[in-house]
Amino acid sequence: MEISTIMKKKIEEMVSKEIRLDERGLLEHRKLDITFDVSHNAEGSARVKLGDTEVIAGVKMDLVEPFKDSPDAGVLTVGAELLPLASDRFEMGAPAIQAIELARLIDRGVRNSECIDIKSLCVKEGEKVWSVSIDIYPINDAGSLIDTCFIAAVAALSNAHIPVVKDEKVQYGELSKEKLPMTCIPTTVTIYKVGDKFLIDPLVEEEDASTARLTFTFTLPEEEIHSMQKTGEELSEEEILSMMDIAIKEAKKLAPKVSAFLKK
Amino acid sequence: MAEKYKRADGRDYDETRKMEAKVGVVKRADGSAIFSFGKSQALACVYGPRQFHPQHLQNPEKGVLRCYYDMTSFSVPERKRPGPNRRASEISFVTSRALETVIPLENYPNSVIDCYILILQADASTRCAGINAAALALASAGIPMKEMVSAVSVGKIGGAIVADISKDEEDYEIVKDGKTIKSATDIPFAILSRSEKISLLQLDGRIKPEDLKEAIAMAKKVCRKINEIQKKALKKIKEE
Repeated sequence: MEISTIMKKKIEEMVSKEIRLDERGLLEHRKLDITFDVSHNAEGSARVKLGDTEVIAGVKMDLVEPFKDSPDAGVLTVGAELLPLASDRFEMGAPAIQAIELARLIDRGVRNSECIDIKSLCVKEGEKVWSVSIDIYPINDAGSLIDTCFIAAVAALSNAHIPVVKDEKVQYGELSKEKLPMTCIPTTVTIYKVGDKFLIDPLVEEEDASTARLTFTFTLPEEEIHSMQKTGEELSEEEILSMMDIAIKEAKKLAPKVSAFLKK
Repeated sequence: MAEKYKRADGRDYDETRKMEAKVGVVKRADGSAIFSFGKSQALACVYGPRQFHPQHLQNPEKGVLRCYYDMTSFSVPERKRPGPNRRASEISFVTSRALETVIPLENYPNSVIDCYILILQADASTRCAGINAAALALASAGIPMKEMVSAVSVGKIGGAIVADISKDEEDYEIVKDGKTIKSATDIPFAILSRSEKISLLQLDGRIKPEDLKEAIAMAKKVCRKINEIQKKALKKIKEE
C-alpha cells in the first residue's frame, strides 16, 4: 500500500530543492486548529486539526485502587486506535504495532513531562486514587499523526474537569469547577529525514518517502527532553544532534500556538 | 549535585556489568546466541531466510526481518503474564528496525528472517541485551551483515551519565519537596560497529540537550567494548 517508487523519487527530488507537495517550507507546520468539548460525556475532550489531519481525544476519570508499588499516585493511561475510518491503510482487529507505538510514545511524553502530577491525584493513600485515561482517535490521517495526537492528548487534558463525587461514587455527567491540574504543557516534534534533508509535519506521501524519523518531547522553556523515539534508517551523531536542534526550535514555535488555544 | 553519584555496585560510570556472550546455544536454530549484562540475560534464535507465509505478505523486492521480543513469566520479580504485551510489541518493533538496516534484505525476495528473543532473566537493559544476542544470532546464522550491531542503555542517574543501568538504578528515587520521585533517565542505544551510526534511540525520563551529547559519546565508547565481546564469541564458534 506504499506509494510508488516514482512518487518517492519525485518527493525526494522536490525536497532536495526544499519544495513540498503543498508548497510549505520544510520547517513549517500546517494550520493548527483546536476545538474543545467535542464529546459531552468526557471529562475533557478536544478535536485537533493540523492541515487535513484530524484527531479527537477524550479524557475519562474514575476512582480506583492504586497500584501496589505506588499507593500514593494516580493512574495515567494513554490509548490510541488507528480506526479504518481514518485511512485506507488501517484495518479492523487487534491493534497494529503502529497504534501500540503511537500510544506508548504519547504515554511516555505525557508521563515523563509530569504535566499531570500523578501524586496530586491521590485521594486516600493505598485505597483510592483518580485514574485518568486519555484515548486518542485519529479521524483523518493526512500525515503527522504522532505530533497531532500529542497535541490532542494535551488539549483534552487541559480541558478536563474533575467529576463530582458523592458518597465516594463518581457522579458521571456532573463536572466540578475544579480543573484537572496541569503543571506544564509539553510539546512533541517529530523530525523526518527525506533524502538528506529534514522536515516536520509531513503529509502521508512525505512520510512514505522518508527514511528515518526521530520524535522528541520537550518541556519549555527548560528545553528538557522527556522522550525520544527513532525508527527507520541509522543516523549519525551529527544528524541526531541537528535534528534535536531543529526540534527545539520548532517546539518553541509550536508551543505558543497550542497554548493560545488552551487559554481560550 | 554536591556529592558525586556513586553506583550501588561500585562500577565506574562507563563500566558495564559483567558481559557474557555465547553463540550456537540452540542447535535446532539456524543461528543462536545468549548475551547477558550481569543478571539480565537474553536468548536469541534465528530461523531463515525462509519462505514468507502467508504469501500475500511476501515482497518480491526484498526480504523481511521479523524480531520478536518476549520475557519468560518468571524473569521478573512479580510473575509476568506469558505472551507478548504492548511493551513487548513495541520492543519487537524497534529491535527489528535497529537490526534490519545492516542486512542486505534485497538479496532475499519473498523471504523472511525470523529472530526470536527471549529474556530469561531481567535486571533492566533487557532490550539492549536482546539486540546484542540477536545480532550475534544473525551473524552465526551466516546472514551477511554490513556491520555488527551493539546496544547499551545509557542512563542519567543522580546527575551522572552512566552506562548499562541495572534495575536498582532504573528505580532510583530522589526526595524533592518532601516527595519521593523517580528520577532516573534511560536511553537505549544501538550503534553500528564501523560507521558508529545509531540505529536505535529511545528515551524514557528527562535529559538536557547538552547531556544527550555526553550520553551519545558514552554509548559509542561502551558499544566498542561490547563489540569486542561479540567478536570474541563469534570467533570461538569458528574454532570449535
